[in-house]
Amino acid sequence: MMSSAPPPPNLPADADGDMESLPLAPTASDYASVSSTFDPLLSSASLPTPIAAAPFPLSPSSFVDPPSYADVSASSSSFSPLSSAPSSSPRSARAAACEYALIAVSDPTPEAEPAATSLVPGSAPTYISYLVTSARRSGGAGGGGERRYAVRRRFRDFVTLADRLAESFRGHFVPPRPDKNTVESQVMQRDEFVAQRRAALERYLWRLAEHPAIGASDELRVFLQAEGKMPLPTSTDVASRMLDGAARLPRQLMGEEAVAAPQEVVQPAKGGRDLLRIFKELKQSVVSDWGGVKPPLVEEDKEFLDKKQKLQDWEQQLTSASQQAEALVKAQQDMGETMGALGLAFIKLTKFETEEAMYNSQRIRAADSKRIATAAVKASRACRDLNTQTVKYLDTLHEHLGIMLSVHTAFSDRASALLTVQTLMSDLASLQLRIEKLEAAASKIFGGDKTRHRKVEELRETIRATEDAKCCALREYERIKAAYAEKIVEGWETVAEETSGYARRSDNNLAW
Amino acid sequence: MGTGVQAYISYRVITKTNLPEFEGPEKIVIRRYSDFEWLHDRLSEKYKGIFIPSLPEKNAVEKFRFSKEFIELRRRALDLFVNRIAVHPELKQSEDFRIFLQADEEKMDRARSYETGIFKKPSDFLQMFKTKVSDVVLGKEKPVEESSPEYEKLKNYIFELENHLAEAQKQAFRLVKRHRELGQSLADFGKAIKLLGACEGDSLEKVFSEVGSKSEMLSVKLQKEADNLLFNFEEPLKDYVRAVQSIKATLVDRANAFRQHYDLYREKEYKEHNLYLKADSDEATKRFEHIVAVMNEELARFQEQKTADIGLAFHEFAKGQAKLAKDIADAWRGVLPKLEACSS
Repeated sequence: MMSSAPPPPNLPADADGDMESLPLAPTASDYASVSSTFDPLLSSASLPTPIAAAPFPLSPSSFVDPPSYADVSASSSSFSPLSSAPSSSPRSARAAACEYALIAVSDPTPEAEPAATSLVPGSAPTYISYLVTSARRSGGAGGGGERRYAVRRRFRDFVTLADRLAESFRGHFVPPRPDKNTVESQVMQRDEFVAQRRAALERYLWRLAEHPAIGASDELRVFLQAEGKMPLPTSTDVASRMLDGAARLPRQLMGEEAVAAPQEVVQPAKGGRDLLRIFKELKQSVVSDWGGVKPPLVEEDKEFLDKKQKLQDWEQQLTSASQQAEALVKAQQDMGETMGALGLAFIKLTKFETEEAMYNSQRIRAADSKRIATAAVKASRACRDLNTQTVKYLDTLHEHLGIMLSVHTAFSDRASALLTVQTLMSDLASLQLRIEKLEAAASKIFGGDKTRHRKVEELRETIRATEDAKCCALREYERIKAAYAEKIVEGWETVAEETSGYARRSDNNLAW
Repeated sequence: MGTGVQAYISYRVITKTNLPEFEGPEKIVIRRYSDFEWLHDRLSEKYKGIFIPSLPEKNAVEKFRFSKEFIELRRRALDLFVNRIAVHPELKQSEDFRIFLQADEEKMDRARSYETGIFKKPSDFLQMFKTKVSDVVLGKEKPVEESSPEYEKLKNYIFELENHLAEAQKQAFRLVKRHRELGQSLADFGKAIKLLGACEGDSLEKVFSEVGSKSEMLSVKLQKEADNLLFNFEEPLKDYVRAVQSIKATLVDRANAFRQHYDLYREKEYKEHNLYLKADSDEATKRFEHIVAVMNEELARFQEQKTADIGLAFHEFAKGQAKLAKDIADAWRGVLPKLEACSS
């Protein structure tokens, strides 16, 4: 609504004369000057990446419906770290160090499930596949231009990627992937849903790429570059794992497979196949928690515990701030709606009085109420504009809550690694004890019993294997301890940066 | 005064005048709501055709009745009522009005107990359009109404106007509520942001604290604007609605006068030699015509007056909203440089 009407004169407080020139605050022309100071972060035109995002509506009059969360996340330009934001923020510092110059998710197309057969031709279940394009940032010398990759992936592949990363990067704050949706296929096909998911997947990949460790990982690289079928091994479901584990259990109890192999120890017990190990660690955790016996190795790092407490506080405040943000958005939306309804009521009144006018004073009054109506409607639209912005920025709070999820995962990784170490150490201790007993017993018998010798040898063998395992577990645990620290500071500063955007947006509630 | 069910609010009515009919230059009396009602009813009886100034609503939810807001709103409305009577060329000469302004409690009580007249009942409004069942059953014609185009136009206008105004007033009332709700949200949000900042520490904490404080400050302004809207925008609209309802009451009077005139006129035609009937009929006709004439004058005054009243309300509305928006913009603009410094 960039009309060319000159701004009306600002009348003094009590205009007791002319009713015709009611002082309405800044008209469209003032509003126009405000929109020119819109944040460059928003103008999709300046982004170099070929993202299929709907252009963000800058003009105030292009609104029809009040925006919902869905609209905003679907239509907002994506989180490209290469936007023209101030260059020295921690966000763009990370982006500059990122291995990838470009990641985009686009072109959702339905494809048929290959293995499915259906009685009725043409109604095979379909899934949506996305085109994932990427380009590595070419290194300094000798870089002959970027090599672009384009692969087709479906949502299931993203899930697999997330699972593999979770295994490989235990203790790191692995960014959470977009949610699965277990709803009927009807919803899956709907454009809005697909658009939301596309945007979410793109954001997810960017976050992975920006992560200092994950961005350089093979898993990610393979995911982005290997054409054809998904190259990473899929996760097996819980049921089959349990079955495998159940098959092994009898042998374990017989003592034939007494020890967990080192490479198995690196993964947590819970998700694995080794039921015996699960039981053992469960027993250990009970002993640690309730037994009153101090386990051999304890979470001692005071700094870690401090930071953990701080993070928990932070999470609490974040949750509450996020809730208040939602309430605020709703209140603003209501305000916009009611203002609009008020304007409408006055428009009707104006129309009515104009039609039925019998007196001149009626016409004057009708003109007044028309002005009020127009102003109210404008204000209503401005309110909705503001709300869209607000939603976009306050959404960051929600995202950070998502990050808290990965923090929790990291913490639990750490805790379970610790538990494994503790269990193994207990095992070791008891094995040691048995050897001592046997040796004590052996020395009492003349000639040394062959069986006992053998037993002792076996035990020593077991001990060695357990020691190996324990070393592995310990190493893993230490690695996890080191891994968590990196993300925290960055996370906090990102919040500030994004909050500044919110303030800039708020500034534009200026229709009046 | 008093408590519980018997409790009521009394108002002080201060009159300053130099009219000779009054007992002195200044007079203060204590009146309660029912006294105002009494005055309203007396005036409605005596001055047919005139739009009697309207009273604020009689009933209110019990717990609301003693809230500061309600009392103040009612006081303002009663003040308007009395003053509008005082400036009306005819009403201000009313004897009852003088009694109201001057009489002591005893005299007031006595005046009140003289009431024998028929009070205006809500059912009268409906009478305009309802046919008495007995009339239909006994085969009498349904009541006749004026059929002139001006009358039709006027009737439709008044009824439709009330609908539009009621809608506008409803939205205005909701808008007041929205302002309060937004104010509350901002206050809560500000608090939460401050707490979040406390977790961060250092410069971030200061900035978050600023944002939080501004939110809380704006919350206060929103509550103030909500009050402003209530008193200076929504209430005038409600007043407008009441005025239209008063006109509807006058239309009832007019219709009654018409019916009387019509019935007597026809009877007179039928029994031409009856002189008493002729006198009555002539009087009824005169009364009816008087009402019509008075109403026309009143309508012109009404339109002028309302344009002025609502114009003022619009002005306050726009002014209030403009100031609020400016305050909001200033607040956030003030925080921006600090935020920008922080994120760089």
